[in-house]
Amino acid sequence: MLVTTLILGLVLGGTYALLALGLTLQYGISRIMNLAYGEFTLVSAFALVALFKGAGVPPLLAIVLIAPLGYAVGWILYAVMMRPLVARAGDAGRLDVASILATFGLMFLIQGGLLVTFGADFTSITYLDQGVNVLGVPVALNRLIAFAICVVAGGGLVLALGRTRWGLALRAVAQTPGSAPLVGIDVNRVARQGFALGTALAAIAGASIAMHQTFSATDGVVFTMKALVIVIMGGVGNVAGTLIAGLALGLVETFVATAIDPGLTLAATFAIFLVVLLWRPQGLFGRR
Amino acid sequence: MKIALSLAALVALALAPFGVSDYGLGLLIGAVTYVTLASGWAVFSGHTRYVSLATVAFYGTGAYTVAVLNEAMPYWLVLIVAGLIGAAIALVVGLSTLRLAGVYFVIFTFGLSELVRQLITWYEVNVTGTLGRYIFLDVSAREIYWQMLALGAATIALTAWIQRHRLGLALRVIGDDEVVAAHSGIPLARTKLTAFVLSATILTLAGAIASPRWVYVEPSIVFNPTVSFLTVIMALLGGANRLWGPVLGAVPLFLAFEWLSARFPDTYPIFLGLLFILVVFALPDGILAGLERLKTRKTEDRA
Amino acid sequence: MTNFSRRAALRAIALWTAASTLIGGPALAEGDKVRIGYAVARTGANATGAGITTIPNYELWVKTVNAAGGLKMPDGSQRMIEVVEYDNRSSNEDLVRSIERLASQDKVDLILPPWGTGPNLAVAPLFDRFGYPQLAVTAVTDKAPDFVKRWKRSFWLLGGGHDYAEGLVDVLKAARDAGTINNKIAAVSVADGFGIDLISGARPAFKQAGFDLVYDKSYPLGTSDFSAILSEAKASGADSFVAFSYPPGSFGMTKTAQSMGFNPKVFYLSVGGAFPIYPGIADGKAEGVMAIGGVNADSPAMQEYFARHTKEIGNPPDSWASAITYASLQMLEQAVARVGLDHEALANELSTGSFDTVIGTVKLEDNQLRDLWWVGQWQGGAFRAIDPADKPGASAPIIPKPAW
Repeated sequence: MLVTTLILGLVLGGTYALLALGLTLQYGISRIMNLAYGEFTLVSAFALVALFKGAGVPPLLAIVLIAPLGYAVGWILYAVMMRPLVARAGDAGRLDVASILATFGLMFLIQGGLLVTFGADFTSITYLDQGVNVLGVPVALNRLIAFAICVVAGGGLVLALGRTRWGLALRAVAQTPGSAPLVGIDVNRVARQGFALGTALAAIAGASIAMHQTFSATDGVVFTMKALVIVIMGGVGNVAGTLIAGLALGLVETFVATAIDPGLTLAATFAIFLVVLLWRPQGLFGRR
Repeated sequence: MKIALSLAALVALALAPFGVSDYGLGLLIGAVTYVTLASGWAVFSGHTRYVSLATVAFYGTGAYTVAVLNEAMPYWLVLIVAGLIGAAIALVVGLSTLRLAGVYFVIFTFGLSELVRQLITWYEVNVTGTLGRYIFLDVSAREIYWQMLALGAATIALTAWIQRHRLGLALRVIGDDEVVAAHSGIPLARTKLTAFVLSATILTLAGAIASPRWVYVEPSIVFNPTVSFLTVIMALLGGANRLWGPVLGAVPLFLAFEWLSARFPDTYPIFLGLLFILVVFALPDGILAGLERLKTRKTEDRA
Repeated sequence: MTNFSRRAALRAIALWTAASTLIGGPALAEGDKVRIGYAVARTGANATGAGITTIPNYELWVKTVNAAGGLKMPDGSQRMIEVVEYDNRSSNEDLVRSIERLASQDKVDLILPPWGTGPNLAVAPLFDRFGYPQLAVTAVTDKAPDFVKRWKRSFWLLGGGHDYAEGLVDVLKAARDAGTINNKIAAVSVADGFGIDLISGARPAFKQAGFDLVYDKSYPLGTSDFSAILSEAKASGADSFVAFSYPPGSFGMTKTAQSMGFNPKVFYLSVGGAFPIYPGIADGKAEGVMAIGGVNADSPAMQEYFARHTKEIGNPPDSWASAITYASLQMLEQAVARVGLDHEALANELSTGSFDTVIGTVKLEDNQLRDLWWVGQWQGGAFRAIDPADKPGASAPIIPKPAW
């Protein structure tokens, strides 16, 4: 039973962590509190379904197509919409307020567009959902794939941030945006890259959600909030922290559902989240 | 002069229900409710710049208190109890969140709303075995309107008083720089806590007053996170640190919602989203600041 | 006039126009049209349910009536329907205001109810105060007899939680007594008014029928992962799996059960199980899945309704509340043809008359529709009603359900 809980929890946590990766980059590096994040993932989820059902594109190939599109969309959005907000905001508090307001509008815009285009109905596809035996526990193959994507994307990101010059610049902007220009870093460019990369990750997360879950055009807020909780717990901008926090959350939910009461899973999520915040406001792995 | 003008407006508003249709009254109730929520929210968040998303935690608690107690005690007593419960929750929450700042406070308050909702749900399901309660109170729409108007007016009066009082000054200094505030001898904890509890009590009462219009109450109905977001946005839109800012944000936005959703029931979220983005770019510091800028420009034009 | 003030004046005019249309409402229609209003959720949490069950049927009905020349009046004349629609944004506060607007501002002739139990209760006092008859379809409540006393012109057409729970127990009991399934049941329920109503009706009914409820948990609204719950249910050794669920949960549990090879002999879902998209979600393996509701799939009227819905709306209706929603509109149509638009006469006719609809002949008992289907099952690609078993048109249940 313990093995079952462990495996189911890790697989669930993997999908959570993948969902949160993009947001931690957007908020950590670009300083944009993106309330439309969940809508970004939904757009990608709908795109995957449309590609699969309309054009017969296999979902795994569709993800490869959607991700760069997400990068491009994020790049443009940052340049057109977010950059002016950053330029005029001055300090972090004002930027938070401005970006919350602006992305709240964006959220309505995208949700309205999705409702008009795809309707209010539930959407899902059936793809690779046969069970696979993992240490005696049956797990759906599409969830395992999502977990693998999470490991690859998260691991790749950790390596890229830690080992490359580009990653160094990103981390510098994330930690001390004020002094980054002093060492010759173009903060605007890095922030744009961070936002675009975050959007690409949101697109990947959305596409993998479409493979294993039923969703509808009004689900965006749920995704945003889940991602936000994980980002804050893991420490804003901390990719490794986000991965660990996501996995931990999946484990806790599964454990509470099996050992205590499924009725308390969401309550447990928020309780742990609040405790973490009070105990370490900078997140489990954030630096002061 | 200003006070006389405000009082005259209040009297006019109090007499308004006699001259409008039921729908007009519904509009008045909606507008006054959001004015009260936005102003009540700004009592704490306006000056300190702590963006709280816990509005619905208190608003919903107020409504839920009425749903639970409306058959057990007289209505006025229920309102008092609701206010006390709101204040008590705010005290506990305030004491534990004093060290949080910035976006951590934002997210914490959001998590708090969800936690309260989940716990009440779990309690109702597992202990009382029913979910969904009825409010069969004989409170007419007019009475709801007058109560809400009184609460809204009291909130604005309270804000005006606080702004002139030491508490307002202390809150402003905290909003500018907490370190400076601590060094100049402002009791940080007590000041923030006082404002937070006041604000929470108002929000709880607003929920309690509004609830008889819903008849049927369950956690997913009363703890609707949209209320928190709308409150923040209305207050910020008008200018959260000014006395009349929340009013100027709440009323136009409420009417815009109403008008758009009637004209374009299919596509109104798209228009609303565009409107929102437009406002953020056109009026960065809220409507009031925008108006003042226009005024100064006008005087310069004349000169 | 400076450039600035001209702009300001223009802006003021635009604002004033907007405000006056807002206060004044749409221009009054000419007298020969019947104005029908509704405020259903187009956005927010209720938009999905309303978008599947309620709005398509309202639109289909209006289209059908207008295509035939309009609503028939008692004097034999016909009047076209004009719709006034608002979005209630899934908020009861906005909903209440929209109904006030329809009744007191637009002064529409008839108001159609919103989607959902909570919303229907929130508007019931208003319908009552303004005197409009309320044909509440998408509201499952055991308290309907009380509500009918409180609000004389309210009509409750979808039964209560206990009815559905007891219908399910009937089916399970017959199968157990025949030796097809064992005595154990695993049940989960969604933690909101609907799920709790059903499970609290089911618990005593299971017990009375001698069943052993070996797993009985509720899960919060918004749960998206059901692996843990289903692996517990699987381990419980129950032959019957019962979920009092909403669509996201019904779909999630189906997918999870398939991937983990959970094959109980009875697999029962609630809302969503009778949706037309369900067989697609179950990857074409819906055969034998039971769910709440059901239709008499062999009735020609029902087949005609399914075909028309599919043609006009673009997808088939769900097999539970959709047909009843449409039937409620047909009742309204026939009542208007008999007594006209006077609200009191209309309410009286709805309460006492009998009507010919897609679900057969309908006659309300104490303002409630009691002649309903409680349990249905996917059989050969159609969702067929199986309980009450003695009601004409019932199909025989397939137990055990074929493996996924």
